[in-house]
Amino acid sequence: MATEVRVPTILREFTGGEKAVTAEGPTLQAIIANLDANYPGIGGRLLDSSGLRRFVNVYLNDEDVRFLDGLDTAVTERDAITILPAVAGG
Amino acid sequence: MLRIRQDLVDRIVEHARTDHPDEACGVIAGPEGSDRPERFIPMVNAARSPTFYEFDSGDLFRLYKDMQANDEEPVVVYHSHTATEAYPSRTDIALASEPGAHYVLVSTRETGNADGPYELRSYRIVNGEVSEEPIEIHDLQNLGS
Repeated sequence: MATEVRVPTILREFTGGEKAVTAEGPTLQAIIANLDANYPGIGGRLLDSSGLRRFVNVYLNDEDVRFLDGLDTAVTERDAITILPAVAGG
Repeated sequence: MLRIRQDLVDRIVEHARTDHPDEACGVIAGPEGSDRPERFIPMVNAARSPTFYEFDSGDLFRLYKDMQANDEEPVVVYHSHTATEAYPSRTDIALASEPGAHYVLVSTRETGNADGPYELRSYRIVNGEVSEEPIEIHDLQNLGS
């Protein structure tokens, strides 16, 4: 079972330039672990010790996972995951 | 170098003045690979702050979805500084995540909500490195170039 993950420009250095890749797992946490196994280093750009990084947004279909169950959000192969860095500054 | 139409510069400045003293922010999208800013998209500053800006997460998703559907990319990412110069702050540099974009800063510290001279500058921010670039402003009628 594989779920599509859309990767932003800034993280395509990990995916060989691919805009979208697939990953396997029943939850977002598992998907990110699987991504990191296939594209080493990408996990550290998404997670820190407290979970999803503050300025990284992850969407399940069109919903921010922060409004779902965060890293515990259930994922199926019919879903699409989109990663977008926050556009923010001071 | 950033090449941009005068009317788009005017809209950035107008947005910044309207939202002063909070920071204003937005994007000008253009055809992928063209380096040509065309579609002006003012965004809501979800932080509603004079010292910080952040696109709302839902707005951000829709913005990128629309750009993808139109084969566009963010050619310009702009925001205002309302009490300091138009130079990227440490936070701006740390959070910049579009290495292909022109980061445009406008300062409203001199004029606030009013008309008058403005300070507008453009930068590339790649891997924490800032480089300022010249801006070439075109009139609407010179679009063809």
